[in-house]
Amino acid sequence: MPSASAAEALSATAVSKHFGGLVAVEDMSFQLAEKQVLGLIGPNGSGKTTMMNLISGALRPNAGEIRLYGEAITGIGASRVAKKGVARTFQLVRMLPAMTVLENVAAGGVFGHAKRWGKELEDYAHGLLRRVGLPDAGHALVSALTYIDQKRVELARALASEPKILLLDEWLAGLNPTELRIGIALIEQLRTEGCTIIIVEHVMHAIRSLCDRCIVMNSGAKIAEGTPAEVLADHGVIRAYLGDADA
Amino acid sequence: MDIVIIGLLLGGTYALMAMGLQLQYGVARIMNLANGEILIAGAFSTFWFYAGTKVSPLLALFLVAPAAFVLNWAIYRVLIFPLVRRAKSQGKLEVDSILVTFGISFIGVGILLAIFGGEYLDYSYLAQPIFIFGERYGLNRVVAFLASAALCAGLYLWLHKTRAGLALRAVSVNPGAASLVSINVARASGLAFALGGAVTAVGGGLLSMFLTFDVSLGVVFTLKALVIVILGGVGDIRGTIVASFILGFAETAVATLVDPGLTLAAAYILFMVVLLVRPEGLFGRRTA
Amino acid sequence: MNAIEMPQVARVRAGVTARERRNLLIGTLIFVAAGLVPLVFGGYALQLAISIAMYTALATSWLLFSGPTNYIALSTAAFFGIGMYTVAGGIDLVPYPVLIAAAGLAGAALAAVVGLATLRVSGIYFVIFSLGLAELVRQVMTWLQHVLGTMSGLYVTIDRDEAEYYWQLLSLTAAVFLVGWWIGRSRLGFALRIIGNDEVVAVHCGINTARAKVILFVISSMFAAVAGALVAPRWSYVEPVVAFSPFVSFQVVIMALLGGTHRLWGPLVGVIPFVLIWELIAINFPNQTTLLLGVCFLLIVYVIPNGIVGLIEDAMNRRGKLGGSASGPLLRALDASAVSVRNLLQRRKSHNA
Repeated sequence: MPSASAAEALSATAVSKHFGGLVAVEDMSFQLAEKQVLGLIGPNGSGKTTMMNLISGALRPNAGEIRLYGEAITGIGASRVAKKGVARTFQLVRMLPAMTVLENVAAGGVFGHAKRWGKELEDYAHGLLRRVGLPDAGHALVSALTYIDQKRVELARALASEPKILLLDEWLAGLNPTELRIGIALIEQLRTEGCTIIIVEHVMHAIRSLCDRCIVMNSGAKIAEGTPAEVLADHGVIRAYLGDADA
Repeated sequence: MDIVIIGLLLGGTYALMAMGLQLQYGVARIMNLANGEILIAGAFSTFWFYAGTKVSPLLALFLVAPAAFVLNWAIYRVLIFPLVRRAKSQGKLEVDSILVTFGISFIGVGILLAIFGGEYLDYSYLAQPIFIFGERYGLNRVVAFLASAALCAGLYLWLHKTRAGLALRAVSVNPGAASLVSINVARASGLAFALGGAVTAVGGGLLSMFLTFDVSLGVVFTLKALVIVILGGVGDIRGTIVASFILGFAETAVATLVDPGLTLAAAYILFMVVLLVRPEGLFGRRTA
Repeated sequence: MNAIEMPQVARVRAGVTARERRNLLIGTLIFVAAGLVPLVFGGYALQLAISIAMYTALATSWLLFSGPTNYIALSTAAFFGIGMYTVAGGIDLVPYPVLIAAAGLAGAALAAVVGLATLRVSGIYFVIFSLGLAELVRQVMTWLQHVLGTMSGLYVTIDRDEAEYYWQLLSLTAAVFLVGWWIGRSRLGFALRIIGNDEVVAVHCGINTARAKVILFVISSMFAAVAGALVAPRWSYVEPVVAFSPFVSFQVVIMALLGGTHRLWGPLVGVIPFVLIWELIAINFPNQTTLLLGVCFLLIVYVIPNGIVGLIEDAMNRRGKLGGSASGPLLRALDASAVSVRNLLQRRKSHNA
């Protein structure tokens, strides 16, 4: 078992999850160093979102261990994992529909890893909105926003907790080409600022440009690991995505 | 040994009222808080026939069952179906059905009070002893148990061997998919609700043969039925039967060893155990 | 039933806004005016006023929990009864003010047990548990007294002016409103609003959703227990059947629904007409009270599901009296409905999980 070092932000060891007879994640192990961006890719149904749910604590693994900066966070529940510094966005954007944009962002900064209240919270939330490119949206209702803007709000909400690790679950999905450019630029900016991120994506050019390392999953298991270039040229990976004929 | 036999006899008879609720909640998705009042109505009606005609209460049940069926069908059609139509989600329907059946339960108590008054109901039928394993038990308990067992078996066969029963089981598993295979979910739910009410009323009639009733006991029986359904697992008949026996046994144990006035406490103890150990019940389905 | 609406100010802001100051002022004036009632009225009117005060306290504290969570608590009678019994049981042994505190604590303890057992599992289990709770406590109390060798009922001999009861209950009601208002502005209130919008998001924001709900339920039940403690001396003989009467639970829910569950002052608006109508019914149809109670309940659920408050706000919106943000409350109410529908769906999912 790899020993915990100061620079190892996240480690998963032999993590497995099954639902009855269906094995969603099988014996997954990997390490994520601080300030790295890790891409988690694979065909649909390969277990990527399940893996994210296991890391964020939404699901409890049947076997294996997950550690955050050396501290075990396996099975302690999503709210406690959030308090310890793991923040995430969701595959389908989850807004708080009856609350304003500012309140949505602020929600991430009160109870979790970072705790603020009152004027401090309000200023902080405004700052986050500026950071994600929505400087004046504070008092709008989220139902009035476009999809990309809602995603920005969700990102700001995740950042509000000053997370040690950020999980982006298909955050770039459903965006048109212009929005995609903006989205990738935003993540690039976070990366420059030194965030530790795991992204699940299908948009390959985003993976190539954003990720330091990549892990490919298929049918719940890891089939390749390396830099994006290495991984996307791997025969096994190509076969997993496209089938035998194109390998 | 005494406790075991009595507990089993009691539990077996409880199975009917739990089956009734299982049909209403598991299939029609209506959390019927008025279930106890239907049971009491069944008990009192059975007594009424017996007192009036001196004919065996068991025969009275043949009149009570269809009457209860019709009554529950009417309740579903008039009071509950509008809620089903206007509910945008299963959760909202649950909340609305809780509120409405809560109201119906009070109306039920009011009607029962008006018709039967506030007296206790306690009649003596087949109270002669019968000997099992050398101990004496009331024949009425045994007969009630046998009748209940027969009915439960019949119900089980009906659900598993007939097309209508299959439709009900399909609806209980997945109403959306059931409608896709051209099952009329509304009609199936109405049937389940009415049938559930009839079964519960018959259960009440059988229980009246050996228990003392008064009109305010509805909530106690509703609770017991709920605990049985939860303990056994929503949507699973085997679970209901097994859980009925468990409750019957627990209740008898508490009544004999501690105090006969604590029957509800026995049910709540089981409830707590379920909540703390296995919330989906013995045979319930658990996800993630 | 829709989610309770806390006053619509961005909760992240500290300090008291002008609109909140206005509401506080109005509230204070109402309470001061209410306090003058015993000086003007006596006899029968004062009896009604006492009922109104008591039920307002009970219904508003009920709403504190059942509003934000959408879980219908049917257990008010259990806590009310415990409060009564704490006073009745200890009246010869312990000073009365201590008994009030003890009643609150007893209610809190029971609420904590019930909440911790059920609120971590699902809302439906909570509702079911609460349904029989009063009856359960009644059975246990009766048994305990049997074991201890005392009679089921307890004599309470305190001599008190009717006006004193009124002022005590009025103070309790004021306390409930203050706590409700304070919760709305606090982190707990913010957490509850988030939970009400999307429980999955709430959990991932670090909110311990079960604990928030349990705390809320404990607060709500404590008030019910104290209410029971305050009125205990009015009966010279406290019997379990009376103390744990299911009518209390039922009437509290009716009044809250009649008034409207959208606003903290909704129950107040429901209590006053209901108490008066109830008096009429009890006088003219003494044998059909249960029946008519059930009918009233159904009428409210079917015809005015949003209560009187809902009717008022709809009317005001139609006449555009709310100026620029005329669509505000209605839109928010619609949003809240959409939200609560979705959340109940998710609660159903997590119930099945």
